[in-house]
Amino acid sequence: MLEISEEIEELLRSVSDPEIPVLSIMDMGIVRKVDFVDGTYKVDITPTYSGCPAMDTIGDDIVSAFNNNNLHAKINLVLAPAWTTDWITERGRKALEDYGIAAPRSAEVDKAALLGEANTIKCTNCGSVNTKMVSRFGSTACKALFQCNDCHEPFDYFKCLK
Amino acid sequence: MLQEKLYEYLLHLGDNSMILGQRLGELCGHGPELETDIALTNISLDLFGQVRNYFQAAAQIKGGDATEDTIAMLRYEHEYKNVYLVEQPNDDFAHVIVRQFFFDVYHQLLLNELIKSKNETLVAIAKKSIKEVDYHVDFSSTWVKRLGDGTEVSHEKMQTAVNTLWRYSMELFNATEVEQWAAESGVGPDLDALKPFYISRVEEVLHEATLTLPEETVFQYGAKTGRHSENMGYILVDFQYMQRAYPNMKW
Repeated sequence: MLEISEEIEELLRSVSDPEIPVLSIMDMGIVRKVDFVDGTYKVDITPTYSGCPAMDTIGDDIVSAFNNNNLHAKINLVLAPAWTTDWITERGRKALEDYGIAAPRSAEVDKAALLGEANTIKCTNCGSVNTKMVSRFGSTACKALFQCNDCHEPFDYFKCLK
Repeated sequence: MLQEKLYEYLLHLGDNSMILGQRLGELCGHGPELETDIALTNISLDLFGQVRNYFQAAAQIKGGDATEDTIAMLRYEHEYKNVYLVEQPNDDFAHVIVRQFFFDVYHQLLLNELIKSKNETLVAIAKKSIKEVDYHVDFSSTWVKRLGDGTEVSHEKMQTAVNTLWRYSMELFNATEVEQWAAESGVGPDLDALKPFYISRVEEVLHEATLTLPEETVFQYGAKTGRHSENMGYILVDFQYMQRAYPNMKW
C-alpha cells in the first residue's frame, strides 16, 4: 500500500471526487504513489476511465489541498496498472451505498443483471434485490442506471471494472 | 526516424477514435431515448479520453510547442488518418449503431493485440482502453440484435445500414506504410491477420440478428492516407471552429 505519513494521508483524504463528494480519492484507490523530492510531493494518480472529466479537477484539488497547508505538490497521471473497482476500499464502498450508489459487485454479476438472468444488485432505497438494469451507461462514465421493481426508485450502480 | 513513425502510428490510432467520438458527440441531446443518448455520449467520452492518451504521447515525441490539443485541432484535412467508416454521417439510428458495431469489433481486436506491443506506452493505453471498449462492443452488439431481429421496419433499416456501411469496413485492415512498420517492429498488430477474426465475429452477431452481409461489395480505401470523403470537411469545420476562429483560446 501507500507509504505516506499520517499528515499527508489526512490531507489527501480531504480531497474527494467532485462527481461523488462522499467518496475520498483515497477510498477510491486512485492515488497510487506519493514521493517527496526536493521539497515537492509528487503524487501519482490514475484515472478511473480514460475520459473521466473529473481527473483534472481532482488534480487541481490535490494541489490546492497541499498549498493550503504550505506544502507543494505536483500531479503525475499514470495509466499503468489500469484502475479497477477492486481498489475501492471497504470504507469507500460503504460511503457509496450510503450516498445512494450501489457498490460494484463482480463482472459475472454485472453480466447476469444485464441479461436479466439474476437480480442481485440491491436497491439503495429499499434494499430489495428485485431490481433491473435500465441502461448500462448512466450519469457518469463509471455508473450504470438501475431501477427497483418494488419501490420503483431509480438508482445508480457503480459498474464493475476489472 | 523511429520516433517519427511512432508519432504517425499514434495518429492512426487516435484519429479513428476522435472522429467517431465527434460523430457521437453530435448526437448529444438527439438520441432516440434518454438512456441511449447518454450511452452514446458516454462512449464518445471514453473515445476522447483514449485519444488524449495517444496524443499526449504523440506530443511528447513531437516536442516543441506541440500539445494534445494542437495535434487534435490544428491539422489539415489530408493530415488526418481516420478511416472512411468513422466519418460516415448519423443518417439514422440504424446507421449509428451499425457504424459503431463495425468499429467496436475492430477496436476490441486491435486493443487486445496492442496490449502485447513492444511499446510500453501503448500497452498501458490499451490495457486501460480495452475495459471500456468491451462495454462498447456489448452495447452495439445488443442493439444490432435487438433491431435486426426486431420489427419488419427495424430489420429493413438495419439491413440497409449494413449494406451501406460494409464497404468501408475492410479499410480498417488495409495497412498503410506506417501500420506495416508497426507490425514488423512489434509495435502494433499485423492487421491482415486480424481480418478473419473480424469477419467471423461480425457474421456471428449479424446471424443472430437475422441480418446478412452484402454479397458483392466494392470496398472503399483511401481515407487513411488522407483522401477523405466530403463528410470530413464538414466534421472539421465543426470540430476546429473555436481554434481556427480564436487561435490559442483556452477553455
